[in-house]
Amino acid sequence: MSDGEVIVGLEVHCQLDTKSKLFCGCSTDYRSDGPNTHVCPICLGLPGTMPMVNKRAIEYALKVAKALNCTVREESEFSRKNYFYPDLNKAYQITQYDKPLAEWGKVLIEGDDGNEKEVRITRVHVEEDPGRLVHMGGVDRAKYSLVDYNRAGIPLIEIVTEPDMRSPKEARRFLNKLRATLEYLSVFDSEKEGSLRVDANISLRGSERVEVKNITSYKGVEKALTFEVTRQRNLLRRGLTVGRETRHFQEGRGVTTSSRSKEMENDYRYFPEPDLRPLRVRDWVAGIELPELPDARRERFMNEYGCSLNHARTLTGDLKLADFYEAVVAAKADPVLAATWVADTLLGELNYRDMGIGKLSVPYFAELVQLLKEDVITDKSGIEILRVMLDAVKENRPADSPKDLVEKLNLKKTGGSSFATEIADVIAANPRAIEDYRSGRKEALNFLVGQVMKKTRGRADPGELNRLMREALGEAPGK
Amino acid sequence: MSGAFPATVPEDRYNAFLMVSPDRSHGTGALAGIPVAVKDNISTKGIPTTAGSRILQGYVPPYDAHVVELLRTEGAVIFGKTNMDEFGMGTTTENSGYGPTLNPRDPSRVPGGSSGGSAAAVAAGIVPMALGSDTGGSIRCPSAFCGIVGLKPTYGRVSRYGLIAYSNSLEQIGPMAGNVSDVAKLFGVIAGHDRRDATSQDRPCKHTPDPEIKGLRIGVPKEYFGEGVDPKVADSVRNAIGNLEELGATTVECTIPSMQYALAAYYVTCTSEASSNLARFDGIRYGPAVGTKKSWHEAFQDIRKTGFGTEVRRRILLGTFALSSGYYGKYYAKAQVARGNVRSDFLRIFKDADVIAGPTMPTIAWKFGEKSDPLSMYLSDILTVPANLAGIPAISVPCGTVDRMPVGLQVMGRHFEDERVIDVAYAYERAAKGGSA
Repeated sequence: MSDGEVIVGLEVHCQLDTKSKLFCGCSTDYRSDGPNTHVCPICLGLPGTMPMVNKRAIEYALKVAKALNCTVREESEFSRKNYFYPDLNKAYQITQYDKPLAEWGKVLIEGDDGNEKEVRITRVHVEEDPGRLVHMGGVDRAKYSLVDYNRAGIPLIEIVTEPDMRSPKEARRFLNKLRATLEYLSVFDSEKEGSLRVDANISLRGSERVEVKNITSYKGVEKALTFEVTRQRNLLRRGLTVGRETRHFQEGRGVTTSSRSKEMENDYRYFPEPDLRPLRVRDWVAGIELPELPDARRERFMNEYGCSLNHARTLTGDLKLADFYEAVVAAKADPVLAATWVADTLLGELNYRDMGIGKLSVPYFAELVQLLKEDVITDKSGIEILRVMLDAVKENRPADSPKDLVEKLNLKKTGGSSFATEIADVIAANPRAIEDYRSGRKEALNFLVGQVMKKTRGRADPGELNRLMREALGEAPGK
Repeated sequence: MSGAFPATVPEDRYNAFLMVSPDRSHGTGALAGIPVAVKDNISTKGIPTTAGSRILQGYVPPYDAHVVELLRTEGAVIFGKTNMDEFGMGTTTENSGYGPTLNPRDPSRVPGGSSGGSAAAVAAGIVPMALGSDTGGSIRCPSAFCGIVGLKPTYGRVSRYGLIAYSNSLEQIGPMAGNVSDVAKLFGVIAGHDRRDATSQDRPCKHTPDPEIKGLRIGVPKEYFGEGVDPKVADSVRNAIGNLEELGATTVECTIPSMQYALAAYYVTCTSEASSNLARFDGIRYGPAVGTKKSWHEAFQDIRKTGFGTEVRRRILLGTFALSSGYYGKYYAKAQVARGNVRSDFLRIFKDADVIAGPTMPTIAWKFGEKSDPLSMYLSDILTVPANLAGIPAISVPCGTVDRMPVGLQVMGRHFEDERVIDVAYAYERAAKGGSA
């Protein structure tokens, strides 16, 4: 039996968010249109057509290479990867093989021990996306399939890592970091369906490695790998061995299944694409300027706004969240309190609702933070106001300002003395709890305070109430 | 011969055309109203384009090749599509899926290939000019065999956009005509940059042939007059070179040692690229579809078995093998090294010589049935493939006859000196005409 260390390496394919395809002028904005509407002789691979490199795509890829601290090759080369598949119009994919665009980079992620760790990047290269098959009636039962070439020729960037991740969680964190980096560069839109595809290599130290294909979401990576760790550990525990194989991730069921191995035994017969000249990018690379990237922004958030490491990490891990936070701070909200409220409260509420930050109003959010800062409302009231605001955004209707909501919902924090009636009521109504408290069961106090909170609908400060309740029960203040 | 195409012209006794366009409309320009025949591997919008293959029967491209656009812009009539060895794979036009083309100079003989239809169409006087394509001699060989002029331009001078690829790194579209002036004229129309072909260069041609060749240094490689070259053909060509000397040129003896590997390098390269280029023909998107309800893999195997001819299947198999993992280094990679050596040999010779001259083909056009094994056919390409491997321009111009069949003088030049090889051919043509008059 072995509990060998988990070793994970990733191959990530991202669609570059260019306006036109990699080798022709067709628009990449195909998702809302019918099949085969964004095609031309080139991306259909008609006889006699030739690829024309979209310089913007190469520029985007160079930005990524630089941002991932890679060494960019002065001369890289496109190659043909030959295989037969109906979604592959030319029966070869134009990709990069032995001379990729860039190599030997690194990305910092938060390791499982909480410290920064380095994930090395093996290579970054550019290639074209194939078309898409639609199996009529589902993949298992379809009598026929249709081909949609709208996707054929969309520029992809493939990023390959060294096997440097030690858990499914680290793999997920790497992907999040990568996504953030690509979004900071404005070369990638993670919200577009199918814009990310991941193949993961996973092994337990000392055993063979398994490749898991067909992972198409960030959560999916962690799920697929967690499943694999368990599956492989179980095999070893039962005295079996892990075979080297390719498995497919079934996103819906959260499991990996073995692929027919024959399908994978392809000899791709790579050779240099004779219709394209080598890519010489030296002058080009020098001219590329990178925007502030997540790591730099995180440092700045800590230095400039006094954010904690964790808050800064969370905020800068998502471009939109970071931008929202900075806008809130710019709208004169207290930076530290705003960090808590964006990184903890808001993010939690958004995840719960499965929504993006969308059109949430920056001035209103800043106002909310200031109401909290100035102690006008309690945290609990703050959350209530935030929820009303988010519901409005989600239902796409105008929201009231936090100040109006305070009035409307009567959430203004009230001084402790004005709760004397409520305290007296609670004491009168709960003789047993009083008894318990007096006989030493301190948790009864929490119950009593909770009852008062309920009556005051959260407007009272819990600490204050606690003190008042103990006084009312005859204890000396401050004890 | 095959009857696959309905629109054949009555005077096409040599099966030069796969299709003659009924559309005689044209615009104005350098070629206003001139009928130009187009080899069938060059895409013509609205006009069937099969590359001589059954697998593309019925395919009508929705776009024009760059060169066809240029022909239309200059007012040419796209007269029709000419017969060819399937996908350009052949030296005789016998490998067409639609029957062979006959040599107008002697219909019992092959017209050469693969642009045999274009050469025959010009030689028979049906059209004054035609476009061909040359991967390893496919313009020059039929030009020599049929007694016309044909130019394989410097690689990159003419856009390949729209040329159904056989071997991308070797082939060029080029002009064929009854005389050098027409070749130059047609070349002037088709040469130049096209952004859709990343290998095309911004080197247009505005050149009127100039017969003045005083002081020209002609390299004469011994390999072009050695073993395998018919002595009578060699004599014809030597005479022609003698004529050029009379015009003021001097000759320089030279050797191309890398030539012993040229054919191997050529066939490894072209079959490798072809195996990839031709993989897309699966009967799904164009060409005849399989009628059966088989799985995709089975269906496309069927269509490729029946749609491709024997020679094409042979070359696909050879190329697939050459690129296979474990063999790439032994074949494809090595072929590229040999190719580099050929190129270096030429560059070296071009330090002492302005052009290189020799026979285009080692023999005159042979009779149908005379050569049947593929290897002896491949060997006949030995004098033409070096120019493709090196990417240099090469022209074939008629220089007398042997057994009443035409012989071609081949003139090769430095990269982008297509004008110079045109001038040398022109000088010879003028002198030869003057001499015979």
